[in-house]
Amino acid sequence: MRKIRQWGFEIGAVLFTIVVFWIPFYFILVNSGKDAKESSLLTMSWASNSQYWENIKTVVVARDFMLVRAFINSTVLTVASIAILIVLCAMAGYVLQRRTGKLSPLFNFLILAGLIIPPAIVPTIWVMDGLGLFKTLIGLILIEVALGFPFAVLLYKGFMSGIPREVDEAAVIDGAGGIRLFFGIILPLLQPVTATIIVLSSVTIFNDFTNPLYFLPGSDNVTVQLTLYNFQSQYVTQYNLLFTNILLITIPPLLLFIIFNKRIVAGMTAGSVKG
Amino acid sequence: MNSIFKRTYSYWFLLPAAIIYFIIFILPTIMSFFFSMTRWTLSDWEFIGFENFITFFQEQSLSIGFKNTLIYAVVTCTLKVALGLLLGVLLTSKIRTKSYLRSVIFFPTLVSTIAVGIAFSMMMHPTQGVINTALAAIGIDGPDWLGDTRIALLSVAMVDVWKGLGFATVIYIAGILSIPAEYYEALQIDGGNSWHKFWNIIVPLSRPATNSVIILAFIGGLRSFDLVWAMTKGGPGFTTDLIASIIYKQYQGGFYGLATAGNVILFLVVTALAFPLYTYLNRKEVDL
Amino acid sequence: MKNMKLKSLAMTATALVLTGTLAACGGSNSGSNSGTNTAEGGTGGNTEKKVTLSLLVDNTQDSVNLANAYVDAFQKKYPNITVEMETRPGGGEGDNIVKTRLATGDMTDVFFYNSGSLMQALSPEKNMLDLTNEAFQSNIVDSFKPTVSFDGKVYGVPTSSTIAGGWFYNKKIYSELGLKVPITWDELIANNEKIKASGISPVIGSYKDSWTSQLVVLADYYNVQAQVPSFADDFTAHKATFAGTPAALRSFEKLQELYDKGFMNKDMLATTYDAGLKMLADGKGAHYPMLSFASPSLVQNFPDEIENIGFFAQPGDDASKNGLSVWMPGAGYIYKETKNVEAAKQFLAFMASVEGTQVAATVSKPTGPYLIKDAKIPDDVPTLVKDMLPYFESGKTAPALEFVSPVKGPSLEQITVEVGAGIKKAPEGAAAYDKDVEKQAKQLGLAGW
Repeated sequence: MRKIRQWGFEIGAVLFTIVVFWIPFYFILVNSGKDAKESSLLTMSWASNSQYWENIKTVVVARDFMLVRAFINSTVLTVASIAILIVLCAMAGYVLQRRTGKLSPLFNFLILAGLIIPPAIVPTIWVMDGLGLFKTLIGLILIEVALGFPFAVLLYKGFMSGIPREVDEAAVIDGAGGIRLFFGIILPLLQPVTATIIVLSSVTIFNDFTNPLYFLPGSDNVTVQLTLYNFQSQYVTQYNLLFTNILLITIPPLLLFIIFNKRIVAGMTAGSVKG
Repeated sequence: MNSIFKRTYSYWFLLPAAIIYFIIFILPTIMSFFFSMTRWTLSDWEFIGFENFITFFQEQSLSIGFKNTLIYAVVTCTLKVALGLLLGVLLTSKIRTKSYLRSVIFFPTLVSTIAVGIAFSMMMHPTQGVINTALAAIGIDGPDWLGDTRIALLSVAMVDVWKGLGFATVIYIAGILSIPAEYYEALQIDGGNSWHKFWNIIVPLSRPATNSVIILAFIGGLRSFDLVWAMTKGGPGFTTDLIASIIYKQYQGGFYGLATAGNVILFLVVTALAFPLYTYLNRKEVDL
Repeated sequence: MKNMKLKSLAMTATALVLTGTLAACGGSNSGSNSGTNTAEGGTGGNTEKKVTLSLLVDNTQDSVNLANAYVDAFQKKYPNITVEMETRPGGGEGDNIVKTRLATGDMTDVFFYNSGSLMQALSPEKNMLDLTNEAFQSNIVDSFKPTVSFDGKVYGVPTSSTIAGGWFYNKKIYSELGLKVPITWDELIANNEKIKASGISPVIGSYKDSWTSQLVVLADYYNVQAQVPSFADDFTAHKATFAGTPAALRSFEKLQELYDKGFMNKDMLATTYDAGLKMLADGKGAHYPMLSFASPSLVQNFPDEIENIGFFAQPGDDASKNGLSVWMPGAGYIYKETKNVEAAKQFLAFMASVEGTQVAATVSKPTGPYLIKDAKIPDDVPTLVKDMLPYFESGKTAPALEFVSPVKGPSLEQITVEVGAGIKKAPEGAAAYDKDVEKQAKQLGLAGW
């Protein structure tokens, strides 16, 4: 009896997830295989003559291979931002956790402020423009780094507190300086939290829409999220291509998810509760 | 020893991050207070005092953002806490489909917000949309989810919950798993049922998780922009405008001073609500 | 200690190298900045030298086709000039891009942009090259010039033909129900009642694309100025408001009436512009208040139905004062800081020639008369364009308000959605719009606000 109830419950839960979580994705999937006319009906039925390949080709070729350029831009943006973020935030987290002094409360306050305060958009544009970085990929990379900084530093600080000071002392006695200690010993030890930051930040940065919208306007430097937005443009609404675009740009996070599924959940839990 | 200490943990390590953070985040934030009081074309500016702020509070199309933002943040935050806690309990219990369920619920977190917004706004089409077609099949006449001014904001909030629930749930799973087993054993000895287990152990002891979810979801809700922009662009009319979408519209219009005033207002609203909340939650945690 | 310092130095150096490589990386991706001015110094009208001219247009299919046609024909005529085209989004997004590019000193040599109030908002005297004394000005119809002028100086050249704002209607439905083209608002309402009784949506609303909701208000301007000829000047000088001028308030009331009488399609808030055109062509809706620039996409998407679609001006309350509100096309402007002045002027001169209009007509059928003297409308334009011509021939046209006044509030489209969907009543909507206009005028620093 109990077993039946248990099974009934589990089947119920699975059915529930199918309705609530699978249907939206199924909806995108079927509609990206239709022709423009059929997809404008927005139904859930399978395409009467499926043309996935044609749609993919059209989307890829559209506007001088905008999507390809966007994928390149987004990849450069994500990889570069994360590389900088990791190195700089690990260094900062290392010092901030180990060295407490008069300035510590100020630093902590500034980091907390960064988590809470929304960035001031137009003044940032003004500063970036003054530095010649507005509308450049390097500028956007720096923005992603600056905005990702508080969260990453907090995670690193939290994790650093779990590394015993004896490790540092042993290294210093062996004659290691700060740089060797950090890059040779500490950074490798931070690897689990580094993995978490890589996974979380890559999703955030790859999916970022607001910052490219503000800081990288124009059709030459688009990122993948902006291609989606542009496809939705005022006059031409070809839903099948819109959905194909959604499908294509969902592939990278999907791969990440399949590879790191366990790690994401585990890593996130380790970081977020402590932080 | 002190000099070794200083050398080993040299502030040089902090410098590169600090420079980027200062130039790109702190400096613009400080300057926003000045530029919010100007009429500004990026190349030159004219000081006009508090006029931008007055415009913001007086004009209904701008001030509607305060109410909407607050409703949006409270609704999404409450639902994420409640549903996240329930799912957290469910997904730490002994069920076989646990790892499947965890993955499925978490996946939307990884998908682009714009993609989710576009897909849902089509599914919510009042006559052709999947949701209302399904409701019609069981004899319910579904509403115009995004067109009806009474529910449009809530419809967007629901999609936000759909997308963000996985994150909240995972935090709760971690919180619940970190509760030491002795508590459950003690309860078993006392003969408590699963209801007691939930109220007397899980809810109070997953407090740190609750705090994280509240803070993240509430601040996220106050700052929310992309989902609303992808689904309704603030419409119909101004019904779903949030402070952040209003800022974007002023920026689009080329009213840079006014947009910056909006930014300062958002800054003040978030700070005025989030900092006290943060300190309050953290103080309570110590009491436990 | 020394050693330590060296090490820290080394570290900062590494950081610098790291950012340096990234800069190189980013540089190679920002193609728009490099390569545009390849012929620096090659100005001064030296036709021997190769010149590369950059051009920015919006990304709607029609604009891109049009620009491509101009560019191809122009390059054939001037083999030493290469034109590189960039696209930008349309609508508010595009306004924003044009504004920030001008504000940050990064504009293309030539750019296409709206005429009228939107152009006025770009600070023309600071950003655009004065074209008042160019020879090609004599080719351009005088009525166009004020819409691209600022302080008496002319800055632009029309990119295409005039556009009319009014009511598209399905002629099949009209003949089946035995209806006549209305010349007063009451006749239009009576037609709508009959259409509604037959089970068809009398008026198509496509408020998901909120800009389409403005048409009833904007296309009513002929009627406003017929009753209050001084409205535009008074409005600009902040002496008249929409809420305080009965004739102007009437424009909002008409929009409200369409909703109150249940003439709109039920899903108007979820209907897009494209879907609206489809409803009209398929006969699911009888009327669609729209700009005639929709005619190319109707021709393209519904070639079989195009002859069934007609056009009439938005009627007023007085049958003797029936006329058409006219939109001016966008214009080509030259960026003030361009290094290729001569080539840019040659390009605009080409657009402002009869030859230019013939080139344009090959890709995009005119949506009204051309603004170039002696340019003819081809005979094979669709019926709905032919329906417009009598208004022009009899001189019963007036430019829409945004072409005679620099103030246009940015939130009009949200406000008209509110009025058109019954969220706000007409007087509230008009008052909200007056506020919005005031905000715009103050932000532009206009005199008298």
